[in-house]
Amino acid sequence: MQRLIDVRGRPWLVWVGLALVGLALALLPFALAQVGTTWVRITNYALLYVLLALGLNIVVGFAGLLDLGYIAFYAVGAYVYALLASPHFGLHLPFWIILPIGAAIAALFGVLLGAPTLKLRGDYLAIVTLGFGEIIRIFLNNLSRPVNITNGPQGISRIDPFSLDGFSFGTYETFLGVQFSAPIKYYYLLVLVALVVIAISVRLQDSRIGRAWEAIREDEIAARSMGINTRNMKLLAFAMGASFGGVAGGMFSAIQGFISPESFILVESIMVVSMVVLGGMGNIAGVVLGALLLSFVPEILRWTVEPAQRALFGRLIVEPEVIRMLLFGLALVLIMLFRPAGLVPSAVRRRELAERSAVPGGRAP
Amino acid sequence: MDTLLQQIINGLTAGSVYAIVALGYTMVYGIIQLINFAHGEVVMIGAMVAFTVINLLVPFGLPALAVVLIGTGCAIAVCMLVGYSVERFAYRPLRGAPRLAPLITAIGMSIILQHLAMLIWSRNVLAFPQIIESRTYFIGGAAITTVQIAILAICVALMAGLALLVYRTPLRTAMRATAQNPQVAGLMGVDINRVIAVTFILGAALGAIAGVLFGSYYGLAQYTMGSILGLKAFSAAVLGGIGNIPGAMLGGVLLGLVEALGAGYIGDFTDLCRYGWLSGAMDACRDGGHFILFGSNYQDVFAFIVLILVLVFRPSGLLGERVGDRA
Repeated sequence: MQRLIDVRGRPWLVWVGLALVGLALALLPFALAQVGTTWVRITNYALLYVLLALGLNIVVGFAGLLDLGYIAFYAVGAYVYALLASPHFGLHLPFWIILPIGAAIAALFGVLLGAPTLKLRGDYLAIVTLGFGEIIRIFLNNLSRPVNITNGPQGISRIDPFSLDGFSFGTYETFLGVQFSAPIKYYYLLVLVALVVIAISVRLQDSRIGRAWEAIREDEIAARSMGINTRNMKLLAFAMGASFGGVAGGMFSAIQGFISPESFILVESIMVVSMVVLGGMGNIAGVVLGALLLSFVPEILRWTVEPAQRALFGRLIVEPEVIRMLLFGLALVLIMLFRPAGLVPSAVRRRELAERSAVPGGRAP
Repeated sequence: MDTLLQQIINGLTAGSVYAIVALGYTMVYGIIQLINFAHGEVVMIGAMVAFTVINLLVPFGLPALAVVLIGTGCAIAVCMLVGYSVERFAYRPLRGAPRLAPLITAIGMSIILQHLAMLIWSRNVLAFPQIIESRTYFIGGAAITTVQIAILAICVALMAGLALLVYRTPLRTAMRATAQNPQVAGLMGVDINRVIAVTFILGAALGAIAGVLFGSYYGLAQYTMGSILGLKAFSAAVLGGIGNIPGAMLGGVLLGLVEALGAGYIGDFTDLCRYGWLSGAMDACRDGGHFILFGSNYQDVFAFIVLILVLVFRPSGLLGERVGDRA
């Protein structure tokens, strides 16, 4: 692979590069705030999608299990946080207690979903997970009677922001003469969490577990005959992916301050799948890129296409939301047709997807 | 009114529509082992096209039946075209690619079709025109409308027609040959591309009719109607044994019944006040009150629960035979 800059013999260049990236990440929210605080918020949501995409990447990319109900775990995490830190039940636990609880419960749901589907092949699994996601949403929508647990379609509001020992993420603050608004504080937190999740993903990929997942993805029977406990490994993939989703959900809850089942519809699951597929299943950098692209491009379009249409035709013809969804659909189709391994393919995936069986329409042996 | 009989009638009606949609899934799966995710959207487009054409024709004062037939005909034509193009552009290039690839393009196509439909027909719920007057008959305390009778009759006719087509013509041989081994089928002179295209087109035509029936049964059409209907129909196909044509018919009808009876009785069964040992302890149960855990608003859950149970306990479905290659 050709490198942009040759760092051989100059290891300090790597540190300089890292420092520059860090500086850029640190200064980014202030630059964005100049354009408008909305853009800081958009960046925060994009980072949440990065977290989700990285979590789904464990299930889809590493273990090769297509999960179309991933947003259910996000919902579980979000609702756990909302129920334990809002006036709905009058509970106000601190976030560092709730987030692990949310992650654990989401992981439990992951295992609950994984256990009955262990024996299913890819496409069946996709449909079952999709059904599971819908079941969770239907329950969230209806668990307001006879005992009001989720408050139904109205959702839960006035959710506590993160706060730690008097320092709240939900308020405006001036520190060393610099003004930190709530979204900017969350931005730093999200970047931190995203970096941690990326680090975990990278370490996982090269670990014994990661290699076991890869083996299962390539050929489950061969993997089993090599002594891999495929059942436990698949369950672990579901549980880990789900727990990442749970953490992201908890953060979503706190950042937004309000959640309702509307936020966890099927389309959201498909969006996260699109991000993973676009970037390149199994490739961490690719997945991050995919999530950022599919979060920002629609927003940029929203801010350009809408005024452009009004200027040209005097009215709105194509809603930005539609363009956004068409983009997701097109991304899925075109990527699969022309670049099946994603924008930034992982080496293994590229090899695997380039190999086509000799028989057209042939069944996998 | 007799709830049991009423729910059975409603279940049979909805179930026969599911069966028709399920046929589209099962035929395609039977031949190329692909879950045609976009099939639900084809059904939706069928309903929408019929809606538009019927509304356009109403002012001309044609006989109602003719209007409905023309509307359905247009829907079938458009859906065949959509079904063929989806196969041609999104699935055919990926034939022989790893399994996940066509599944992902299928999801993509489904989103694209759904949102194109939204652009054309807006995001509103459209009131499906009821131009043939519906009458209600009573059988043993249960009501059945002319629409329901028509749906049942049309579905039975369609299933019979399809069975004739698939079991009594050379098409059957070609389809089975393609399903078993496309390469050898090709060597034997079967034009596999044509067979697969015909399968998609047949499925889409059935889907179009199902869309019209579904729209006229509920009186509504919306761009999102395809996804949930598609999922239920897919569950029905799996219940019957995917790839198996009689299985899809059986699965559809059974799923409709399970759903209707489930929605009709779940409230009664989960009313904790029915159970003596619990009702004494709860305030809500005094003076004949109820404490219903799950009401009929959980109707949509049944299809998914059926799907999961079937896949866990009998992945080959009720009538399916090939277990090994699917589990």
